[in-house]
Amino acid sequence: MCSLGVFPAPVTAAQTLFERNNELLSALHPGEHSQACDLPSPQFTRDTLKGHSRPESSSRSVFLDQRDTLWMRSAGAWRDAGLYGLLDEITNSAEEVPRFLAVGSACVLALLRWASSFHGSLFPHLTLSSDEMVAEFSQMLDWSDSALRSFAWHPHTDKFAVALLDDSIKIYKSNSSPTPTLKHRCQRSVCALQWKPLCGSALAVACQSCLLIWHVDPASLSTRPSSGCAQVLSHPGHSPITSIAWSPTGSLLVSASPVDTSMMVWDVAAESAVPLQRVGGGGVTYLSWSPDGSRLLAATPSALFRVWETRMWTCERWPCLKGSCQSACWSPDGGCLLLSMQGERVIYALTFSDLTGGPKAASVVADLSETTFPGPDGDLTVGGEVCSLSWDPRGERLAVLLKGDSQADNHPSVIAVFKTRSSPVFELLPCGFVMGEAGAEPRFMQFHPHFQHGALLTVCWSDGRISHVPFYFSSAGLLGGDSPQQALASNTTNPSSNKLYTEQIS
Amino acid sequence: MANTDFHLQFQDFEDGQGFTENNQDATTVSIDDPIKSRKQRKATGNAFEEEDSDDKTELLSGQKKSAPFWTFEYYQTLFDVDSHQVVIWRAVASIAWSVLLLPVTSAVFVLLSRFSLFHPIQWISECTSLLTASSTIFSLVVLCGVVLITGLFNLEFYTLVPSIPCSRMALLGTVLHPRQCVHSLVYCTMGMLVMWCASVTIGGRYSTLGIPCKQSESGEVVTCLNEYHLFLLLAGAFMGYSHSFLGVVKNMYYVSFQPIQQYKYPRFKGCLPMVVKCSVIQSLYSARNFAALYFFFGYVPKTWISSTLHLQIDSSLQPLDSLTGLLDFSLLYHLSISGTFLYFTWYLTVLLFRIYVTEAYSFPVQSTFTEDAEQCLPKVLAETNTLVMKFLALQDLALLSQHSLSRRLEVFSLSQPGGHPHNWNAISRECMSLLSELTQRLLAHQDAVASNGRVKSQSASIDTRSASSSSSGTEDVSETPRLSVPLRTPGSVFTSSVGGMHSALTAPFTPDVDSPFSSPAIRRLVGQQEPRSPWFGTVQSPHIMRRGPKLWSASTESQSNGSPPASPATVPSPPAANQKPSFLAQWLQNRREQLPEASSQALFADSQAHIWALQGLSHLVAASFSEDQFGVVQTTLPSILSCLVVLLEAVDRHFKLPHASSKPVRTVCSMGDSTYKTLRFALRAALKTAIYKITTTFGEHLNAVNISTEHRKRLQQFLEFKE
Repeated sequence: MCSLGVFPAPVTAAQTLFERNNELLSALHPGEHSQACDLPSPQFTRDTLKGHSRPESSSRSVFLDQRDTLWMRSAGAWRDAGLYGLLDEITNSAEEVPRFLAVGSACVLALLRWASSFHGSLFPHLTLSSDEMVAEFSQMLDWSDSALRSFAWHPHTDKFAVALLDDSIKIYKSNSSPTPTLKHRCQRSVCALQWKPLCGSALAVACQSCLLIWHVDPASLSTRPSSGCAQVLSHPGHSPITSIAWSPTGSLLVSASPVDTSMMVWDVAAESAVPLQRVGGGGVTYLSWSPDGSRLLAATPSALFRVWETRMWTCERWPCLKGSCQSACWSPDGGCLLLSMQGERVIYALTFSDLTGGPKAASVVADLSETTFPGPDGDLTVGGEVCSLSWDPRGERLAVLLKGDSQADNHPSVIAVFKTRSSPVFELLPCGFVMGEAGAEPRFMQFHPHFQHGALLTVCWSDGRISHVPFYFSSAGLLGGDSPQQALASNTTNPSSNKLYTEQIS
Repeated sequence: MANTDFHLQFQDFEDGQGFTENNQDATTVSIDDPIKSRKQRKATGNAFEEEDSDDKTELLSGQKKSAPFWTFEYYQTLFDVDSHQVVIWRAVASIAWSVLLLPVTSAVFVLLSRFSLFHPIQWISECTSLLTASSTIFSLVVLCGVVLITGLFNLEFYTLVPSIPCSRMALLGTVLHPRQCVHSLVYCTMGMLVMWCASVTIGGRYSTLGIPCKQSESGEVVTCLNEYHLFLLLAGAFMGYSHSFLGVVKNMYYVSFQPIQQYKYPRFKGCLPMVVKCSVIQSLYSARNFAALYFFFGYVPKTWISSTLHLQIDSSLQPLDSLTGLLDFSLLYHLSISGTFLYFTWYLTVLLFRIYVTEAYSFPVQSTFTEDAEQCLPKVLAETNTLVMKFLALQDLALLSQHSLSRRLEVFSLSQPGGHPHNWNAISRECMSLLSELTQRLLAHQDAVASNGRVKSQSASIDTRSASSSSSGTEDVSETPRLSVPLRTPGSVFTSSVGGMHSALTAPFTPDVDSPFSSPAIRRLVGQQEPRSPWFGTVQSPHIMRRGPKLWSASTESQSNGSPPASPATVPSPPAANQKPSFLAQWLQNRREQLPEASSQALFADSQAHIWALQGLSHLVAASFSEDQFGVVQTTLPSILSCLVVLLEAVDRHFKLPHASSKPVRTVCSMGDSTYKTLRFALRAALKTAIYKITTTFGEHLNAVNISTEHRKRLQQFLEFKE
């Protein structure tokens, strides 16, 4: 088991630039800037972005109060706030309605409130407002305060999408082509973004009220694609959506909401959904599809998570000891799942294999309790709960975003990077801490899905900057590879189409 | 029996001898005793077995043609018992489950119908005694019969390819089609039966049709008509009809496949709330409509029944076709509760059938025994008779290509002596022929649109009078086998000569050979006409008209039919100039306007098969990159790629047509399945994903594949993720 104590001490003074020769180098060394890759690293400040100050339903308080008839008010209350609103309106205007109606509605209202508070005591997250819920279950650390709301790399090209505080989404490409800005009426409180695999254009956006699928033509030069390019997928009772996951084949999209006990499996093009309901847990907060497509993790707000098997869609329940599952990531072959729980400072590992029929218990692979490193300008404490986990596509580096203590001065959030080794036994080895510029804390991170020289970690910082930290290493899997199999394939084919594989060999 | 024994011994004796003697022996016996001879013929030798089997197939095919759909033989032949037992057993299991679930729903119905808020104990005890009463058991038996009959009767109507009427007239034609009329009639009867059972179960004032009452003037006791009972019975008939009507309008019998696989029980559990909700809503709508109908026309059946059955009408009671009579809370409650029960049993039958039939079935890829060869995936894929087997096979192909390594290896394997990749060749050939057939269909449709400007002018421009008096002879064009390749010349999209050969042979009531799961050819082919409707008879080609019996044909009709439909603008002009179109004609003209999107929907009505073919093909090709040891896929890779690219071009061009890319409104909560409306988008997405799957797997190696430069350019776009 690896702990933070064996890590090399973080360099607080300067930004971490890249890893080379098993060493994380920072900007202290002059002349190393040339190594940075040519990916765009935009910066967004909070001042330039204006968020929605108030939700739409409360805008009526701006206007002068006007007494409508009881019918009008009841209809309006029914439209705005449903049954609750209607009952509330009737109870409040007791002098206009018959006495028995007012008393009855007051009783029903009390009963409903009692029932919902009972339900809420079972599942405390149900008492949150939808914005608070998104902030609670988002993978972005300190979601409500951040200028950046979400981030997603395209799985096949050098292209990423960033959701901002003002509910717009910007798409950056590696070359200096125009950056499209996506805005939609329904696009509120974006919690997650994901590009569709095996597709050049489709981007799924988890919003407060619905799911948006943008089709952004990569060849188009337009900077403001119209909202006609977006598909709106919604299902009653299925909002806010806090997590989405495309199947690796790109055919299905799964969405989850903390208030809905069923997760939706969407056939996006046909706009049809199959609800998969399991009572217990009170909702689904986080989804993660294994890279080989065979399993899907679904975390719930209570101390329980499920691992779905995606062939017949059955699930196994995994009750946790303490808190709910906060974040998780799969190894590239889909055989190993790393998890972090709320309230615990460890990383668990579950190893799946088809032979043994699944794991029996999770094992602790890393201890992330607070460790203090002495530094030139005071001590620095790192460690804490895990906010998010990310594993690079080669399975060699694991980045862990550790929550800091906002009260304490010298306890910031940091990203700890581990080296991972899967044979002979699964093991985490220390690599180092990724630090930002002075005063900036990491909020979110994601590995580039196909970086050629190793791994590339993209970090969103609290000062609204997005930076890329490359890890240069030569992967063990690259040298051996599957070349013998390909040679075999090229040898045994008939001569007419023999050229298919020969290019690689020659 | 002695004779048989003797022959068996005799055969043992003469083991070494040639066939001729055996044959002679057999023939002599067959003259004597035809029944025994068959047994012996089986015993005697191979030479006769072939003849025997020929006999059998003839017998079967004869049954197929002759058996009407209410006979049991029809259902035997429905699925071609030999090779498709799977589907039969699934259908039987679904019906059995819907019967088994009936006691539960009936118990719930009894509980709800006797519900009283203020006497809960009395309510429970009443219900338990009622549940064990003989009348309830009897009505349960009747209900079981109803469910059985509807389940079996529905088998005739389930379809994998929805019928999409492309204009309002076509829709009207579908509703008025004799087949549909029979359906409505059966459902009206079944609805009345269910309502009779319900009224007996509810008891009280509803239980019988006649009740004793005192006549006002004389004071003697006579039998009067119980209007409450009649009201419920009529409501049952009305609900039966509306079920049948909505069934055709909303394509309730369209069986669609889910995007994910689930076990039957979780899926049933997941769908149950939806079914309950749908049946409640539908029942409330029907109750409202029926109450309105009864208010206006209720006196007609009432007087009729009372006069035919010599039942008096009790004048002391409030008549039900009045406002005060209808505003009876308990009556409306019982009406909607029994309506919910009625719809629920029917919807449950449909739901269970859908769940059972669409369950994935795993076909063996190859078999070591030759007699099982018919059941293997490549053979079933090439199936044309029963569409459902083809669909199941395609679904299995898509699943195995994604999930099962061992079965993929079987697909890529070589035949043992000979070393030919028969499995892969058969599968890829079948998939590609499906895809190229879709390409042809799209191109034909585009050509038709291009030559006419708009598709709808074809059907809209035919003389209205001739259309309204259209002949009944051509309505059976639908009973034609599938067309493998549609004709491509612009005018000839409508003149399907293959359709003509088979038309007018089958009477309206004779079911087509592969009816439950097959589609009429022309509907899919052309897309803008609903061939089942008599209103479209005139759009057919002239030689069909000549064959069909011209019962109502006027002279103008033959004239307009004789002219080629490719030049529609000229045809209607002379009659239009001569006579002013009447109001009715204009109304008809308007009704015959194309429904938007309908032609697109109809073109892609069976695209689920194409989606699976695309998924299966692309995943197999991608898997072949590392798993195909003998390189069997490489030989077909160029043709697969060009097939996909050509299809992509056709689909792209189709989406540039008007209305093709507009999304339909999503309907909430109805048993009718509307997934067919978005199949074209699903197909486009599946096609792009399939190409991406291949290009990302092969990467730069694709440059070495031998395909034309235009296709290579298109593929380059995919390699750069610019699509």
